[in-house]
Amino acid sequence: MEMLLSLVIGGLYAAGFYLMLRRSLAKLIIGLSLLSNATNLLIFTAGGLTRAEPPLVPRGADRPTGPFADPLPQAMILTAIVIGFGVLAFALVLAYRAYQTTGSEDLDAMKETDR
Amino acid sequence: MSIILTVLSGFIFASAAPFVHRFIKEGIGWIMALLPISLLIYFLTYVPMVAAGEVTIVSYPWIPRLGVTLSFYLDGLSLLFSLLISGIGALVLIYAGSYLKEHPQLGRFNLFILMFMASMLGVVLAGNLLTLFVFWELTSLSSYLLIGFDHERETARSAALQALLVTGGGGLALLAGLVMIGQIGGSFEFSLLLQQGDRLRGDPLYVPIVLLVLLGAFTKSAQVPFHFWLPSAMEAPTPVSAYLHSATMVKAGIYLMARLTPILGGTDTWFYTVSIIGGATMLVTGISALYQNDMKRILAYSTASVLGMLTLLLGLGATATIETAIIYLFAHALYKGALFLVAGAVDHETGRRDIRALGGLRRAMPITAAAAGLAALSMAGIPPLFGYIGKEVLYEAAQKLSGIGSYVTGLLMLASLLLVAVAGMVGLRPFVIGKKGVTHPEAHEAPISLRLGPVVLAGSGLLFGLFPSLAGYWILSPAVAAVLRQPAPLHLSLWHGWNEIVLLSLATTAAGAGLYAARERLLPAAEALKGIARWGPARGYSATLNGMMRLAQAQTRLLQNGRLRIYLMIVATSAVGLAGYTLLHRDGFIGLGIESELRFYEVAIGGVILAAAFLATQTRSRLGAVTALGVVGYGVALIYILYGAPDLAMTQFLIETFMVILFILVFYHLPGLTPFSEWKRRLRDGLLSLAVGTLMFTLAYLASHARFHPPISRFFAETSVPMAHGRNIVNVILVDFRAFDTLGEITVLSVAAFGVYALLKLRLEGKR
Repeated sequence: MEMLLSLVIGGLYAAGFYLMLRRSLAKLIIGLSLLSNATNLLIFTAGGLTRAEPPLVPRGADRPTGPFADPLPQAMILTAIVIGFGVLAFALVLAYRAYQTTGSEDLDAMKETDR
Repeated sequence: MSIILTVLSGFIFASAAPFVHRFIKEGIGWIMALLPISLLIYFLTYVPMVAAGEVTIVSYPWIPRLGVTLSFYLDGLSLLFSLLISGIGALVLIYAGSYLKEHPQLGRFNLFILMFMASMLGVVLAGNLLTLFVFWELTSLSSYLLIGFDHERETARSAALQALLVTGGGGLALLAGLVMIGQIGGSFEFSLLLQQGDRLRGDPLYVPIVLLVLLGAFTKSAQVPFHFWLPSAMEAPTPVSAYLHSATMVKAGIYLMARLTPILGGTDTWFYTVSIIGGATMLVTGISALYQNDMKRILAYSTASVLGMLTLLLGLGATATIETAIIYLFAHALYKGALFLVAGAVDHETGRRDIRALGGLRRAMPITAAAAGLAALSMAGIPPLFGYIGKEVLYEAAQKLSGIGSYVTGLLMLASLLLVAVAGMVGLRPFVIGKKGVTHPEAHEAPISLRLGPVVLAGSGLLFGLFPSLAGYWILSPAVAAVLRQPAPLHLSLWHGWNEIVLLSLATTAAGAGLYAARERLLPAAEALKGIARWGPARGYSATLNGMMRLAQAQTRLLQNGRLRIYLMIVATSAVGLAGYTLLHRDGFIGLGIESELRFYEVAIGGVILAAAFLATQTRSRLGAVTALGVVGYGVALIYILYGAPDLAMTQFLIETFMVILFILVFYHLPGLTPFSEWKRRLRDGLLSLAVGTLMFTLAYLASHARFHPPISRFFAETSVPMAHGRNIVNVILVDFRAFDTLGEITVLSVAAFGVYALLKLRLEGKR
């Protein structure tokens, strides 16, 4: 399974990076979004995969009974997902305003406007 | 009052200077001079002690862990310089209060010049190499501020920068040299290093040390080929030129060489480097002085010439030449300080400094003229001025040198006769001779504050000329003894009877007078020299400066080109190259663990995610791309569910849905996903992306198997209920164990929200 997830991660990085190299602003943001998913998945995989119970403490016990998934990477990814969303929302609106102002979504054309 | 206070008080006084100036305008110079006058008195109290051979050392821990102390050291050499710095400092402050009376930034000027005074005292009183270096750099800095004081003039700014770069560059070399001395000598303290001379001279690093230290001294003391900054520095207000660029700061290099003579001197390397550079400077700048017309530039070149002479004398290293260096240094400080201040007074009263446009000023400015005359006579080496004694010991010392005595005497005579001519040009011509018909109806005698400096300095030249043992016994002997490390009683007197030296002296004066008379006729020949001078080191300086600017611009254009793509490519190429190299060459693949079991629906999910990601890169449809993104996001959420992370899956589903809506809203306003680049570029990007993907695949695969430490999650699992009273461990981590992370996350989200709101509400200027 680690092999499969690593392949997925590699594929998402490759696709995200390819899109970020494009001149289109919209593609850049799509790439960013793919990259953020890939990174979350990377943390998840690197933290160790446990096909086990979620990290919950059953009622009546004071610690998990039996094997449980590592909660720490999950907590980090949870934070990362939300922050990634914030960044993307901002990037999207920025792209929208940039397009409105410059009339182009070609990054090379935009570079010329501040000259 | 201890020695450290003499240095610190200058900095304290300096910081108060602008505020004092705000309230007191009248006679500010006299108030400011109170500090240097009290310092002068304080240093004078040390004279009997130091003359008796006592050395005062004060030391404070500064950076104890690095063995760095802030220590001060007062011996004859330090005392001579301290007296010059505080004495001339007082006169210059009084002078400046009047000279810059109309200048709105006089307060700032006083701040800079007091800061300089304190730093310069720090240099000469420093008891170890690092203390010395700190104050050394502070003098460069204050010199920069003072040269560029009239910062609205471009020439002043570039002259200031030039001086800073040249002396600062030399300072860096000096630092390297000093650190090496400290490493080899085992200490930075002078008092300990003085015992380590033989060890340093025998060390294999001796030659680099000498060259580095001398680079610092030569740049500071305007030696060839670094002399060009000194004439440029004449952009500074005249009190600064008199104080920094004639009497004190430029002598810091001389001070350093004298101070280090017992530690580094006495070898062939030292002898040849110092004396050849000194001799070259003496002649090159001495001749250059001859074809200047600006009083200040004439004085600047002749100052450099004397600095060269002092360097030469220190380089020769004989007892007699070192004695002479100290004696002449003192004589020069007196007459050159006076002449600079006179030049300033003339400029102040007539608005001119060009000697061709000045003449007959003795009628309008009799007292200034008298001071100028005395100083010029001292410079020309005419009895009974102190300069005469300086010249006499000069020839005597040169004669005593075995083997090369006659050559050195010849060189010194040449330099001296140039000085005689220069003395005529600045001390005599504007006042006595000058052009017929040049009148200065507007000129009148300078006020007392402008006259005081020249009169006191030139008068001292006369006083010490008549009573040479006064200076010789109390001040100069101890200074010489400090350099030679043995008692050096000087027997100075004005008249030794008729001998060879007197004849040489007379001959020099006569030849100098002849040169002065013939100067007008020699000037056309000097034009040719000017042509050569244009190819001098000043040109090298500007070429270097321009070259560095161009290099900086070129690399900025290359690296900061404003294209995100290029930045990404550089980052990706370096990451792939470096990490890939390490993986391949450093056993990156060790420690693979057991692969967990694979189920068919997992393969399906992975396949769908990859296919959707590929689709996102290829589609031209906006909706298609957003859909693909959504599929990727939901697929990742499914993986979270399969591996025990329901919280993640829920958040991911929610956020992914939001994101798709947001994308659609925005993409509705954007044009279609038209490809901008041609296939070749796409192929290149594709290959690079595949490389990135492969690297990340490898890293992810290795990371999922590598376990260097046991996970710390057991702690969270065990304490979640007892300590935090929560059964969902992930949630407990977020809101309790790592609550600050969450606080940061909330902050980021709020900032993003404000940003989004502001961007949407922003009214574009052009559209109104």
